[in-house]
Amino acid sequence: MTETTLPLRWRPATTEPALVRWGLTVLCLAVLGVLLFAPLIAVFAEALRDGVALAIASLSEPDARSAIRLTLLVAAVVVPLNAAFGIAAAWAITKFDWRGKPLVLTLIDLPFSVSPVVAGLMFVLLFGANSALGAWLVAHGYPIVFAVPGIMLATLFITFPFVARELIPVMLEQGRAEEEAALTLGATGWRMFFTVTLPNIRWALLYGVLLCNARAMGEFGAVAVVSGKIRGQTTTMPLMIEMFYNEYLSVAAFTMAALLALLAFVTLTLKTALEWRYADQLAANHRH
Amino acid sequence: MTLRPFALRSPTPMPGWGLSFGVMMTTLSVIVLVPMAALLWRGFIGFGPAEMWEVVNRPRVWSALALSFRAALIASVFNLVFGVALAWVLVRYRFPGKRIIDAAVDLPFALPTAVAGIALTAIYAPNGFFGAALDQAFGLKVAYTELGIWIALVFVGLPFVVRTVQPVIEEIDRETEEASATLGATRLRTLTHVVLPTLTPAALTGFALALARSVGEYGSVIFIAGNLPNVTEIAPLLIVIRLEEFDYDGAVAIAIAMLSISFTMLLVINLIQIMSRRRMGAV
Repeated sequence: MTETTLPLRWRPATTEPALVRWGLTVLCLAVLGVLLFAPLIAVFAEALRDGVALAIASLSEPDARSAIRLTLLVAAVVVPLNAAFGIAAAWAITKFDWRGKPLVLTLIDLPFSVSPVVAGLMFVLLFGANSALGAWLVAHGYPIVFAVPGIMLATLFITFPFVARELIPVMLEQGRAEEEAALTLGATGWRMFFTVTLPNIRWALLYGVLLCNARAMGEFGAVAVVSGKIRGQTTTMPLMIEMFYNEYLSVAAFTMAALLALLAFVTLTLKTALEWRYADQLAANHRH
Repeated sequence: MTLRPFALRSPTPMPGWGLSFGVMMTTLSVIVLVPMAALLWRGFIGFGPAEMWEVVNRPRVWSALALSFRAALIASVFNLVFGVALAWVLVRYRFPGKRIIDAAVDLPFALPTAVAGIALTAIYAPNGFFGAALDQAFGLKVAYTELGIWIALVFVGLPFVVRTVQPVIEEIDRETEEASATLGATRLRTLTHVVLPTLTPAALTGFALALARSVGEYGSVIFIAGNLPNVTEIAPLLIVIRLEEFDYDGAVAIAIAMLSISFTMLLVINLIQIMSRRRMGAV
């Protein structure tokens, strides 16, 4: 029997030639470098152009501080509400069989395909001063549009599917057996939820909350339409960036941007950590 | 279990139906359905279809709509091709820093659009790092032209195709590729005839998501676009301009035109997807 030797330039039949592999990899990295990494570096470079002291000083201006406060407030209200909605929707959709489920799922996804500007416009039409409802609310001292509640509503719309979309596939996969076991053993509904369901979905929930929070803090288009951009009152961080930018306050604009970029870093880091550790408890297919 | 053909919900001992369904439908109505209805009501009943058509049928509106959909289409086609390539590289190849690159693909999801907008403008503006270099080397202007809009939309839509195609590539059974190779197919032929067809439905899903996102994108575009009427003015910006003029009817008409076109496009993509799935099933 003759010894068969592999040819020198042997490669498995299921890979591409080395030249193609390296070429494609370098090309992809180059595109990512030009599109993703360069802008990110630019944000920090522009923010620190005149020194750290000036950058930090720009954040302590009253307008900047009120924008940061407002953004945190909006996220603090919107994210828990969307988490509650997401859990309720995932529960109704995955634990019961009913007619019209596909329609409801489509409606939950609707905000993904509506322009943020159009979303903002909807709330202006509904609650603006020239609608009956809006006029009544303003007359009774509860302005929605050009005020903080409008910003929250628009943000709720934009981030609407985030938590539900994350929970539904996970809960579908987990099925109903564990909950049914808890019920047979005599647990009440809430006890079953807190001791069986919530531990099962906690990482997926956290994942959805992270993405929801990132979008809630960063939303621009929808908020721009409903906020009225009143300085110090209805200006969120992204809107403040635009204002500073248009006033040629470059350092202030980019410092505010750098702050939001840091938030994006934290989001990505936590998200990636969750994916590495709890991949089996997250939805397999991430698409938003 | 008794068969109840007309029941809305099959019976189950699971608790929480009333609460969860109630919370879901109430929130859905208040946040999504009622505002959506307000828009359509204002357009079709308050203003009227004929009047809406008249407001939309003007050169400035047409060019804004055409620009929005053209740029979104170009950017999404780029993202479709690049996204499939990048997903392939991330799953199949090994290179240093791969996990960090993989995580960084989601940056456009995490980075606020206004931040992306001013950052891209900073580097692609005539006095920016890439902007100056491209201008000197090729006389190419990026910021404040349609090219700048394409770049912003490529940024915004980048993760969609990658993230929908990646799990499918991970699931591919290498044995089919081996079978194809043993039957004498070249690697290129295997890729185009065996691998690519299995990726098509997922790639189209990602494409549709990227398209839907980039058609309506506002924050990242307005900084880099220059916003010249008839040239680099996108449809969402025109809606904002109409609102600032308190021309609510004009804003509503453009918004409804945008929604109709993008829903039609998504429907067509869905149909193509169903057809490609069917063809796959038949083979």
